[in-house]
Amino acid sequence: MLTKRIVPCLDIKDGRTVKGVNFVNLRDAGDPVELAAIYSEQGADELVFLDITATGDGRKTTAELVEKVAEKVNIPFTVGGGIKSVEDVYTLLHRGADKISINSWAVKEPKVLDELAAQFGSQCVVLAVDAKQIDGNWKVHLVGGKVPTEIDLFDWVREAESRGAGEILFTSMDHDGSKAGFANEALAKMSDMVNIPIIASGGAGSIQDFADTFVHGKADAALAASVFHFKEIEIPTLKQELKSQGIAMRI
Amino acid sequence: MSKVVIIDYGAGNVRSVKFALERMGITPMLSRDAPEIQSADKIIFPGVGEASSSMKALENYGLIEVIQNAKQPFLGICLGMQMMCESSEENNTQGLGIFPLPVKLFAGGAVKVPHMGWNQIEALKTPIFNGLEEKEYMYFVHSYYVPDSEWTIAKASYPTPFSAALHKDNFYGCQFHPEKSGTFGQQILKNFIEM
Repeated sequence: MLTKRIVPCLDIKDGRTVKGVNFVNLRDAGDPVELAAIYSEQGADELVFLDITATGDGRKTTAELVEKVAEKVNIPFTVGGGIKSVEDVYTLLHRGADKISINSWAVKEPKVLDELAAQFGSQCVVLAVDAKQIDGNWKVHLVGGKVPTEIDLFDWVREAESRGAGEILFTSMDHDGSKAGFANEALAKMSDMVNIPIIASGGAGSIQDFADTFVHGKADAALAASVFHFKEIEIPTLKQELKSQGIAMRI
Repeated sequence: MSKVVIIDYGAGNVRSVKFALERMGITPMLSRDAPEIQSADKIIFPGVGEASSSMKALENYGLIEVIQNAKQPFLGICLGMQMMCESSEENNTQGLGIFPLPVKLFAGGAVKVPHMGWNQIEALKTPIFNGLEEKEYMYFVHSYYVPDSEWTIAKASYPTPFSAALHKDNFYGCQFHPEKSGTFGQQILKNFIEM
């Protein structure tokens, strides 16, 4: 049976992990390669690296980092953040990323989804979308959720699927950082609407939040950062508990 | 030490396969050169992408017959395995015909397509699975599948039963990505290399 996936997310700046990470057994808490290897050993099903570097030099560092991760880690990983050309995508995939995620670029130029799917295959094209509710309607937001658009979340996700996105990474800005659970109602609606996998993001605070997003949110995968980085939730415990609740997990 | 060649015809996961072998202390050669491939002790045929353009790439590099006539242990991965079959519904592509089997599209609606993530393999046959238990998890990402057959040496289901791995003579194929399937995937690559 296909399992649900647990996906730790690492924010990267200039080739280093940002956001406090408190792994006592980590020699270098800022080394994304070492952190990735630890998550992989703990049973993470996949990893996401979000590059928040602004400068060109920093982006080059990211490409080098991707290669180091690919050398060391034997589970799939996605790289996203600031990708804005086919050349960027080629570089990251060629260096060893399994998938890339694009966000603002796709909103500004939706046809890039068609181009990337045709050139590299849908399986490696993840559409990341940040959204929050305005007057009860889910609207797509840009620049890390800071800039609202008029675009309806569900219309956009449906369009992205038809253009060739192979997976959706949906972050609810209403839930992100709240630790009060994922946006399960919106996730379930999205899951019924499209026929590609959906990664839930934003709101993980407890083991039950993960169970709820898989059962009620119909999510295929759940992404979280701080609960893993700060060891509030340990991946082996999380997966055991979810399995005991009848959720398909790779243990 | 045996010479391992990864056929480098532009498939996306060449690097990942190379890194996986390097983690085992093996330095593979990446090549699209027929004599180089023919001189290998083991050949790995990776695949990520689309069937018809990948077949065209093989044709352009003059590798169709090189693959069909290979006598050494040969392992096709994912699209590599699918291309070793007779034909694919993916853009009605003629395959290499090593396995006289069709490649079909998962029917959407009931399940999400692509089949993406970790799924169990079972009914394991042949020493390529030495050291693995039944129902071990492997990482899959594909929209097309090869039905269960007499050449099937591992099965999976989504929920349609399909071939997770195939074997005929010196030819092996796996639908999942051993290079991305953790320590058990690594074990399969090791078993193949040690054949």
